[in-house]
Amino acid sequence: MKRPIRPKIEGCNVAEHGTEEASGFNIHPMEQFEIHPLFGGDTLNWYTPSNTALWMGLAIVAVILLLVMGSRGRALVPSRTQSIAEILYGFTHSMIEDIAGKEGLKYFPIIMTLFMFILFTNVLGLWPYGFTVTSHIAVTGVLAIGVFLSVTLLGIFRNGTKFLKLFWISEAPLALRPVLAIIEIISYFVRPVSHSIRLGGNMMAGHAVIKVFAGFAGAMGLGAVAPILAITAVYGLESLVVVIQAYVFTILTCVYLNDALHPGH
Amino acid sequence: MASGTEVAEVAKEAPGMPQLDFSTYPNQIFWLVVSFVVLYIIISRIFLPRMAGVLEDRQNTISGDINMAAELKQKAEEAEAAYHAALAEARSEAHRIADEAKSVIKKDVEAAMAKAEAEIAAKSAESEARIKVIRKNALKSIEEVANSVASDVVAAVMPSVADEKALKAAIAARLKG
Repeated sequence: MKRPIRPKIEGCNVAEHGTEEASGFNIHPMEQFEIHPLFGGDTLNWYTPSNTALWMGLAIVAVILLLVMGSRGRALVPSRTQSIAEILYGFTHSMIEDIAGKEGLKYFPIIMTLFMFILFTNVLGLWPYGFTVTSHIAVTGVLAIGVFLSVTLLGIFRNGTKFLKLFWISEAPLALRPVLAIIEIISYFVRPVSHSIRLGGNMMAGHAVIKVFAGFAGAMGLGAVAPILAITAVYGLESLVVVIQAYVFTILTCVYLNDALHPGH
Repeated sequence: MASGTEVAEVAKEAPGMPQLDFSTYPNQIFWLVVSFVVLYIIISRIFLPRMAGVLEDRQNTISGDINMAAELKQKAEEAEAAYHAALAEARSEAHRIADEAKSVIKKDVEAAMAKAEAEIAAKSAESEARIKVIRKNALKSIEEVANSVASDVVAAVMPSVADEKALKAAIAARLKG
């Protein structure tokens, strides 16, 4: 089976998609998210190198180029790339310290990895013909569940039963506390869901919107100027969103970590 | 679109949302875990220690430079104080030498003045003595001249009354008068 990765806005692709309308108006905004084996073949086993593997690998390469190679000089007065590496380092470091306190710095490596993974896959996803790994709920879900489980286990191991204080708000009037506890518990367990869908949804929606406008552009001939302008605008917005969503995911991780480290309100 | 792989089938079932194609989950999760672990190793083993080292080095260099600057400043201040002390010392030394020289010169001058005064006094005394002698001689000469002139005048005017003794006494009395 041949499943092109390319956007199928061109009218000539209609034949391949018999189910779609046969007019020139042929938009497949979701096709960019399809997972397929990289080197042809039909089956997608769990180990098959796929486009998601490729773009995760590219993110790693980008991290190596920018952060590892960039800081290779270990210069006292940093070069430009080393400055970027230092800014990312300092930014994440102070974010963890501000939110989760000094104890949170023990988890600096894992949070930095999380931030860099999401940031770089997000940004690379904006590359034309790119694939956005984080637009998949499978990826963001695993990340969010990983954060949720590790933070919860950490909280229980560190604080024992005191961890339950997180749900028992001692500032509230006694009568309200059980109600609040129920709300707190529900919101606690909803965390991984919102955490993962926020990132995945944002990525998917933005890229789908761009592709929809691109579909309009393909169908409108000269009038395509308007959707192209819209694409440009949305692309600018998306450039902001991919960074902000990576930041939001990381900062929420820090907040959850802080809850585990200091469960008292 | 021939062979009915799971991917194709599920994709057909849910053409809108590849995200909900559960058959791709194992693949995505596997690669996610692999790349996440690789990235973690790179970041925690290489990037973070390097960055921490770089930042620490920079901090050390900066604080070292600041310490050195403080040290040098202190040294400069010490040197300035030493300079001022030396200057003051030299000044007082100069004053002392000047005073000494002044007093020595004053003494010399005083001695010289005293000597000169003594000499002047001696000379003036001598001169006075000589003047006295001269005056005495002059007076004597005047008396002699007066005597001789008077005796001559008397002899000429009235030779009969030529009394030497009386004339001398009269002249002496007149000269005293």
